[in-house]
Amino acid sequence: MTQQHVYIQGTILNEETRCSLADLCALCGVSTEIINEMIDEGIITPEGPSIREWCFTAVAIKRVQTTMRLQRDLRINLPGCALALDLLEELEELRHLSRRR
Amino acid sequence: MRNNSATDMEYKDYYKILNVARDATQDQIKQAYRKAARKCHPDVSKDAHAEAKFKEIGEAYEVLKDPEKRAAYDKFGAHWQEGQHFDPPPNWDAGFEFKGSGAYENDPGGFSDFFESLFGHAQAGGRQQAHAFRMKGEDHHAKIVIPLADAFRGARQTITLSRPSVDGDGRVSTSPHTLHVLIPKGIIEGQRVRLEGQGLPGYGGSPPGDLYLEIAFQEDRLFHAEKRDIHLTLPVTPWEAALGASLTVPTLDGQVQLKIPPGSQGGKKLRLKGKGLCSANHQGDQIVTLQIVAPEPTTDEQRRLYRAMAEQMPFNPRAGLER
Repeated sequence: MTQQHVYIQGTILNEETRCSLADLCALCGVSTEIINEMIDEGIITPEGPSIREWCFTAVAIKRVQTTMRLQRDLRINLPGCALALDLLEELEELRHLSRRR
Repeated sequence: MRNNSATDMEYKDYYKILNVARDATQDQIKQAYRKAARKCHPDVSKDAHAEAKFKEIGEAYEVLKDPEKRAAYDKFGAHWQEGQHFDPPPNWDAGFEFKGSGAYENDPGGFSDFFESLFGHAQAGGRQQAHAFRMKGEDHHAKIVIPLADAFRGARQTITLSRPSVDGDGRVSTSPHTLHVLIPKGIIEGQRVRLEGQGLPGYGGSPPGDLYLEIAFQEDRLFHAEKRDIHLTLPVTPWEAALGASLTVPTLDGQVQLKIPPGSQGGKKLRLKGKGLCSANHQGDQIVTLQIVAPEPTTDEQRRLYRAMAEQMPFNPRAGLER
């Protein structure tokens, strides 16, 4: 007997993903002030000419979420998070390269 | 995922988990916790069990940072071994006041049965007794490892995550939660699928959080992926490379014929368009790298052939090394 399951189709966050400032805030559960601070710190960079037209990539969503966790769990301040994110990204690339050796 | 079963409870050696001596000072415990938390944080560590480890050290710190809880825990003595079957003796906590004493700050996802049998249930929401407010549930992040073929074609996956649920009294318990998920065609490593409402439960009637599944690829015997491109190393004979050939090559889409142009060298890359990980708007290719493999001569006739080549094709492959 085969059981019929309902398969959930999620939203893919890929290189085509773009979301507005409001979407980003809702997805990450943060205020626009926090997003602005992260932009000032260079953690994320919006695309688009003005705030109304700002859009953010899937990478930005992930960086905001990771920043929130690093702040909460490890009490890292924003400049520290910016540094940690950049180093983690570099580490990820190096790990990928070394796997190929 | 940890299996939480109340009938099979194991002793947890919180000192060992934080790697501190039993007579460590509160400062030493704090420092050990911070060091371990940085190392095991799931956003930092690549360890597949980082999430569980991070929870464990959070739980250990929850007990040891609080002198009263620590004193109660110490009453069990030092002879217990990590993982040993454990039942708390009756009235072991007489004289201590912490059961149901409110929120635990570290972990919204519930602590171990060992912890809960000693110190009571963590309150839903952890910080600031959030169950009194309306608050969206927290997002849950998990990594799933899929074969390359599933990313190429799209697939159906059944995954089981341990997910905390909240009962009427705001108590948290962990139970396995099975989900059937569609893996979209053309997803690549590091990308995520967001499943709305499949995260941790909300408080005060608010909606649950979301579940984010991050994709990682299983090691494949033949292929490796770099972003959308699939790489394959193709061994060829010297004469196939020199004279050209039409070869059968495996791809994620099955076997295809690949033309090797005459005069190819080892390391040459050939592109099979569209045979990589393709999404709606992005194409991935398969990149085939030629690797010339020379057969070892085993008979006099074969050695004669090599010598004839040496005589008739004078060639210095090391010309570029001269300085």
